[in-house]
Amino acid sequence: MEIGLVHYLIVGAALFTLGVLGIFINRKNVIVILMSIELILLAINVNFVAFSIFTNTIAGQVFALLVLTVAAAESAIGLAIMVVYFRNRGTLAVEDVNLMKG
Amino acid sequence: MTSVTLPALGSVLPELLLAVGSLVLLLIGAVRGNRASGTVNVLALVLIALAAVAVAVQGPEKVVALNDAFIVDGFARFWKILALVGSGVAIVLSREFFVREGLDKFEFPVLVLLSTLGMLLMISANSLLTLYVGLELQSLAIYVIAAFDRDNPRSTEAGLKYFLLGALSSGMLLYGSSLVYGLTGSVNFPAIAAAVQGEQGVLFIFGLVFIIAGLAFKISAVPFHMWTPDVYEGAPTPVTAFLAAAPKMAAMALIVRVLVGVFPGIVEQWQQIIVFVAIASMAIGSFAAIGQRSIKRLMAYSSIGHMGYALVGLAAGTEQGVQSVLIYMAIYLATTLGTFAGILALRNGNVYVDRIEDLAGLSRTQPALAFFFAMLFFSLAGIPPWAGFFGKFYVFSAAIDAGLYALSIIGVLLSVVGAFYYLRIVKIIYFDEAKAPYEAMTPTLKLVLGVSSVVVLLFWVLPAPLVGSAVAAAKSLF
Repeated sequence: MEIGLVHYLIVGAALFTLGVLGIFINRKNVIVILMSIELILLAINVNFVAFSIFTNTIAGQVFALLVLTVAAAESAIGLAIMVVYFRNRGTLAVEDVNLMKG
Repeated sequence: MTSVTLPALGSVLPELLLAVGSLVLLLIGAVRGNRASGTVNVLALVLIALAAVAVAVQGPEKVVALNDAFIVDGFARFWKILALVGSGVAIVLSREFFVREGLDKFEFPVLVLLSTLGMLLMISANSLLTLYVGLELQSLAIYVIAAFDRDNPRSTEAGLKYFLLGALSSGMLLYGSSLVYGLTGSVNFPAIAAAVQGEQGVLFIFGLVFIIAGLAFKISAVPFHMWTPDVYEGAPTPVTAFLAAAPKMAAMALIVRVLVGVFPGIVEQWQQIIVFVAIASMAIGSFAAIGQRSIKRLMAYSSIGHMGYALVGLAAGTEQGVQSVLIYMAIYLATTLGTFAGILALRNGNVYVDRIEDLAGLSRTQPALAFFFAMLFFSLAGIPPWAGFFGKFYVFSAAIDAGLYALSIIGVLLSVVGAFYYLRIVKIIYFDEAKAPYEAMTPTLKLVLGVSSVVVLLFWVLPAPLVGSAVAAAKSLF
């Protein structure tokens, strides 16, 4: 069987959906949400690289490199914010992130 | 290989100034520590002023630079001035607050500068790449300053919430970008616009919806508004003032450029989405604000509602509609910055208060502050002759001219609901039992409050400069 663009897109869509579900269904730990976000970004990279090959343009691969870079910066900032949050509250449980409501 | 010519760099001069300048300020801070924070604050303001001058002296013609990734036109210059004003005023408001709260760190102005750089890139984006990088630079800096009061659980929680939802929204924006890129074969806006004409397939609409969702998050439009009240309430007040002003300008510029500039061929498809988002934002902004007790939270719902009104103008999809969005957002900027300057004036010693009942009887203890508050809330409510009324007038007349009667009627009705809670605050200020007076306002607060009140009060005397430049800016997009 020839592996075509559609197969890559389905993998990308499946990973993306898993990432989004991971954010909404997960009720335990904030770190798991960070992992889900990484999964989302990597799913998008699969899309970009596949499109880049099949449309025969280079922009998609450049985009994928930039997404990787930004993802690294994003997790650094996310972890830093989680560290200060943990110092204040002593927990990273999702159900405890509720000081403000309304 | 093409060489980078001097004119090309001239068009990115404001961005270069901010990029290099913020790195220099970071170095100054790193060498001299927090003793330098006063200097860094002043220098940051100087940089923003220089960038604004650099934007102002750019010619009115359309310049495309950096391999078509970057565009400077009248539209971009109008929004850049607004974003720079928002950032500059936020820095002016922040200094004193942070000194009193013991948070006087040099990183704050540097982060605001980096965020402003991201906004300018967003406004000038001419490709999906520039859009994404600018948006992320803007957001990453804001995640940090939302959690700037790092020993305060509420501030760190605000930062955490904003980060998690912001990262999800940029993921959605990226997924949409990848689909649009794949189906059009280009990341450049002009090439995408040329490829997208007439009826599009399901996959493309899917991508469009994802892009709109990512951008709607940044302007906190319903249904992507969940973060707004919590982040506004938890973040330190000057940060909230910044959040409510400058990033909204950049994100609204981007949403207008993407929808009107890149997808003019499929107006029917995105118009329905924008109409829905506008109605939902106006409704949530009006009804959910009624029960609030914190002024900052109330301002969060107020900004959600105002984004809804601005989107009414965008929903028209016409040149007149874009003009009305520009005018509306400029007036919103002036009013919001003034209101936050007023909120920062509610202070006894080092204790800042932000409950609505803390405003009770302000007219007897501090008549000047009470008067300014009343002006700004009348303008937010959209009562003539204050500027907010004219903003709503332009937006709704654009919608009516485009035949969106139902949207306009619903919008006007919802603005009546919204007027209730603004007028309730005016009633609390003028007719409720007075509390202990607050400390006298500092000169910077007086300046910001005074200028913004004069702008909203006297807009009807001299609307020509703003309206004229909005007309010119909107023309450059079509």
